[in-house]
This record gives sequence, C-alpha cells and structure tokens, in this order.
Amino acid sequence: MSDSATAKVLVSELLGSCPAPFAGYDRVLLGHGSGGRLSADLVSRLFLPALGNEVLNRLEDQASCVLPGLESARLAITTDSFVVRPIFFPGGDIGRLAVHGTVNDLAVGGATPLFLAAAFILEEGLPLDDLRRIAESMQAAAAEAGVTVVAGDTKVVDRGKGDQIFITTTGIGLIPHGRALSVASARPGDRVVVSGTIGDHGMAIMSVREGLEFETALESDTAALNGLTELMLRSCDGIRAMRDPTRGGVSSALNEIAAASGVGVELVERALPLRDSVKAACEILGLDPLYVANEGKLIAIVAAAQADDLVSAMRTHPLGRDAAVIGAVVAEHRGTVVMKSVAGGSRIVPMLAGEQLPRIC
Amino acid sequence: MKFLDEFRDGAAVDKLVRAIRNRVTRPWTIMEVCGGQTHTIVKYGIDEILPEAIELVHGPGCPVCVTPLEVLDRAHAIASRPDVIFCSFGDMLRVPGSRGDLLQLKSQGADVRVVYSPLDAVQIAATNPAREVVFFAIGFETTAPANAMAVALAARRGLTNFSVLVSHVLVPPAIAAILDAPDNRVQAFLGPGHVCTVVGFEEYEPLVARFRVPIVITGFEPVDMLEGILRTVEQLEAGEARLENQYGRVVTRAGNTASVALIADVFEVCDRKWRGVGSIPGSGWRLRDKYRAFDAEERFSVQAIDTEESSICISGLILRGQKKPHDCPAFGTICTPETPLGATMVSAEGACAAYFAYGRLKAAHAGAV
Repeated sequence: MSDSATAKVLVSELLGSCPAPFAGYDRVLLGHGSGGRLSADLVSRLFLPALGNEVLNRLEDQASCVLPGLESARLAITTDSFVVRPIFFPGGDIGRLAVHGTVNDLAVGGATPLFLAAAFILEEGLPLDDLRRIAESMQAAAAEAGVTVVAGDTKVVDRGKGDQIFITTTGIGLIPHGRALSVASARPGDRVVVSGTIGDHGMAIMSVREGLEFETALESDTAALNGLTELMLRSCDGIRAMRDPTRGGVSSALNEIAAASGVGVELVERALPLRDSVKAACEILGLDPLYVANEGKLIAIVAAAQADDLVSAMRTHPLGRDAAVIGAVVAEHRGTVVMKSVAGGSRIVPMLAGEQLPRIC
Repeated sequence: MKFLDEFRDGAAVDKLVRAIRNRVTRPWTIMEVCGGQTHTIVKYGIDEILPEAIELVHGPGCPVCVTPLEVLDRAHAIASRPDVIFCSFGDMLRVPGSRGDLLQLKSQGADVRVVYSPLDAVQIAATNPAREVVFFAIGFETTAPANAMAVALAARRGLTNFSVLVSHVLVPPAIAAILDAPDNRVQAFLGPGHVCTVVGFEEYEPLVARFRVPIVITGFEPVDMLEGILRTVEQLEAGEARLENQYGRVVTRAGNTASVALIADVFEVCDRKWRGVGSIPGSGWRLRDKYRAFDAEERFSVQAIDTEESSICISGLILRGQKKPHDCPAFGTICTPETPLGATMVSAEGACAAYFAYGRLKAAHAGAV
C-alpha cells in the first residue's frame, strides 16, 4: 500500500474527528454511550468478560431463547434505556421512543412483540403533568404497536442526580418457528436495503438543542417497525438480517453486520435516501448523516434476487415508502464498510470512535 | 440543495477529471493547504480518480493538529480549576497533551463544554457571573473574526469573568516556511478558500512572485477541488506561476473588510510555535495590549507551562520526507496514537499515525479471515 493509501486508511478511520487518537480511558466518557467503537469496546472488554454466555455473546439486538415445552416458537427478549433531552421533541417524546425502541429491537429479529415492562427513574421536581403526558403517550404507542405494558417500576432520585426522567423498557416477543435472522448471516452478493430517509431523529434532536430553524421543520422518525417487518418477512424469504440503526447510525449497524458475518459492505452514496432539511442541518453542524441516529428505520440484508421485490413490497407500507437498495455485501475487505462517493471515488466508513464532535476545519 | 449539489455532481466531476488527464504530461506534486480540503479528498476519494501523475500532499492547515503541546497542557491546567467553565470547539477535546485530553478531564468532573460559537461562551460568562469562563481560541484566519468578536463583545459588556486562551496561526508564513525548506517537493498550492474568504488573497501575491509557485485559491467541494487542481496543472504544464481564485463565489481580493478590521483591533502578529514544525516567525496572532485583561494565560498564570516535544521524536524529519516512521526507535513502542510523542502521530493525516493504523487494520483483517 502506498503512503497516500495508508494515510487514507487512517484519515477515513477518524473522519469527522480530526486527529482523535483512540485512547485507553480509565473512566466512563460520554462517548461510551455513542453506539460507536467506545460502546462496542465497553461491551466486549468489560461486560462480556463479566457476564458473557452463549446467548449474550451473539450480540444481536434481541436474545432468542428456546423455552422448554414450547416447540413452535422461540422467546425473544430485549431491554433498552432512554435518556433523551429534550424529553418532548418534534415528532415524539421520550415515552413514545421508549416503546418504539424496544418494539423495534424485537421486530428486527423477526419476533412478534407482545409484552413490555417499563422502569422509570424520575428526578425530584419533574412536573406530574409532564409525567402524565409521557405515560399516556407510551400507552398510545403501545396500542399502535399491539403490545401491552404488563410490569413497571418507579424510583425517584434527588434533584440534580438525574435529568428529568430516564425510562428503561424490556420487551418480550415470540419468534415463529423457521425464522432465523442473524447479523452473522450476511453473504457476498446480498443487497443492503434501508426502509427510508436516514438521520431524521438525530438531526431533529440536534436542531432543537442548537436552536436551528429550517423552512421545513425537522421531525423525529420515531415509529414502531413491527408492522413493516411482518410484511417484509411474509413477502420475502430471502431476508438474512435486519437492524434498526439507532445510536451510531447506519454506519454502526453495517459495521456490526460486516464484522459479525465476516464480509465487506459496499455502499453507494448516491442511493442514500436523505431529506434536504437533514442534509442541510448536517452540513451546518459538520456532522455525517451515516452516524446520526434513526428511531423508525431499519436496514435489511437480503438475497440479491429478491431485493427489488422486497423494496416494492416495503413501499406499499407507510413506513417503507422511501425504501431503497443502498449497497451490496461483498467478499472483499472483510469487516469493513466502504462507500462509493458521488464523485466516483471511495472511502472507508468506519465505526465512530466516540461521540461525533463538530469539526473546526 | 443549491450551492452543494452542483459542486458534487458526478458528470461535472468526470468532465474535470478528463480535462486534467488530457493536460498532464508528467508528475506534479500539489499541496492542499487546508485540513477541510484534505477531508474532501478522503471523503469523496478524489485521489483515486486523479491520474497517477498527480500527487496530492496534505498541508499544515489543520489547526487542531498544529496546536503546540504546551498550549494543550495550559488548557488542561486551566480547565482543571474548579472555578472554571472551559469552552471549546468540539474536536479540540480529543487531542492529547502530555497530561491527557479534555474529554478525560470532563469525566473526572471538570466543567468542559462544547460550543459552536465563541459568542456562546460570552453568553455563558454573562449568565454565570460567579464562575470564570474561558474560551479556547484556536484556529487559522477563519475562526479569528468570531474569536475577536467574543473578546470585543465581552469588553463592551464589561464582563470580568471571561477570558480566551489564544493559539491562532496564519497560513502565508507556513507556506513560506514550506517553500523555504531546502528539500521542498511541493510545486503548487491549492490555497485556503475559507481563510481567504475572511482576509482576502493579497498576501498570497508576494509568495507567488518570490517563489515562482502557482497558487489557486480553492473551495471545498469535489468540483471546486478538481477545478483548482486543473488550474494548477495548466499553470505547471505551461511553466507559469500565477495567483488564481477558483472560489470566486465567496472569495474577493480584499476579503471581508469588517472582519479584517475587527481582527486588527483585537489581535496583533506574533511568532508562533507549530506542533511538529517548530517556531515560525510572524505566523500567529495574540491579543493586543488593550485586551490583555482577557488573556487566560495571564489570568491563570500558566505561561510557565512549557512542555517540550520529545527529543527522541523525528517528526520534523518525517514531515520533510527525509525519514520514514520505521526509522524512529520510538515508533509503535513508546509512541502510539494513544500516547503520541509528536504531531505526525497525533494528526490523522500524519505519516506515523497512518503507518500505525494500517498495521493495525491489516492485523484485524488477518484475524477476521
């Protein structure tokens, strides 16, 4: 490899964060919650050595376990915590998000979501009206998604020891017999499909925080995907894996698939569905939409021959109207995601190191 | 999106690449000055679509990478104080000084905040009168107007709890230093579009005349970069050396005169150390005497912190192309991206960090297969 090619590898690895060396930290940083490489490190170097087992080690979005006496289906379990600020944002609130996030983690594993448990950590002083709005919003979201909140817990912490409200939801669903989706099952030749425009949720939150206003308001895409995933799995038997690209964005989801399956992924920049307002906000803030969170989108890996039919089927669903093939799985550059740019060159799309920080230059 | 899509258009890119191919008869080495231009090259894979005869060399225009070690250590010392709210542009937080980076300091309880504009830091000072608010005022000519405005505004509002840690650097003296080096390989420059948006391009005319080197002030989108490259190649092939302005849609000869006046009111030229390069005469700005009250180095008495770069480190020789990273005894042993001794290991564009990362990536691939 030439000097410029080696430089390119590294610059790509760190793109968006200038010199950013990846340091060995001895305390938790915000970046450990970014869904990027620091998060992955925390899981693989700290949690798995302590807690790892055959099911947990698979690192799917949901665990799937065989229940003794139940042969017709496997049990799917997942849990997720929600710490968004502001708690009410354009397109949703922390309650809707807490239902959708967990429902989606079940749905992308091919499960039918059934039950949720919700735990609330409340900061002293939170207006009860806000809490009521959030609870009602959760109920509405659960009803739309066809799940029932069957258990819960509440704790209150001193003022200043929390940030208004944190919600953890745990979801239980059933995976029908015969469905075996896994991030480890992508094969060279498969196509990469996204269900719609990327970066909407993260940029809606950022624009509220930074006080940015656009001609068309940015709205979170938060939505329950189980209706869409059911439709997809019924209309197509060539789906190998699905992921909902939340924190860390499309890049993290695809890097995880590439690593788990031992394949390369090739994206086509031109094919990425992107709202103009999201693109503009990303340009202004110096962020890359591939790393921005989504809360109502999924990535699917599908056999090439069925990709077009799958996209057509997805487009009949309201949450899949902008579905598109955005790339392919390849045998080259295993474990690495590469994107063909609009200018015709290519670049490595690495996992984000820590938080995405705005650049000066 | 207007003003973006037409400058990322595939057909326009193809046409320019063909024009460059048709014009090139022999190898040329061109330096893009700005870190932002380097990002565009990597992000769009511009180097892949150019003819092999064109070698692009990454310039010194990444303000984060050239900020000297002692300034990072001074920032660390100030931000460690419990009475201080330390505000900075985002990507400075991850740059390690000899005492660690600002993100680590934040996790240990320091009040370190990312702001998009230095004016936000002034506002934080106004709303927190009991705290000292310090802004890390780094960057090239591009960030200078907002940094100067923050100081002028704080003065006008009579804020006594606001100060700035200044480490401003200037492009023209750096270009002169590169061209003055006896073993210089750079034959033409893509000039810094955004720097010139602020200060204009008059200062580049003497460089073109003195060194007989083509400089094309260039923008940051793929079409801008390729047009800049085409124009430098046309000059090189014709044996000419002129100053051209490719980025005419925002750059004028005199620049933004209101900004220039504001900068002149707040800052004055000084000698400045560049990480990995050393001191370059007249290559920086510092606060003028009348704004000394806003100088964080004086307010917190950190001028004495004067960290030397490692004596083992050969990054200066590597930057000039005289040595390779493997020639250094510290490479990959005591000097890694986590514990860098010099700029070439700190900066993403640095040769040492690139060699190190490539080795790591290769090992990771071998493991995955």
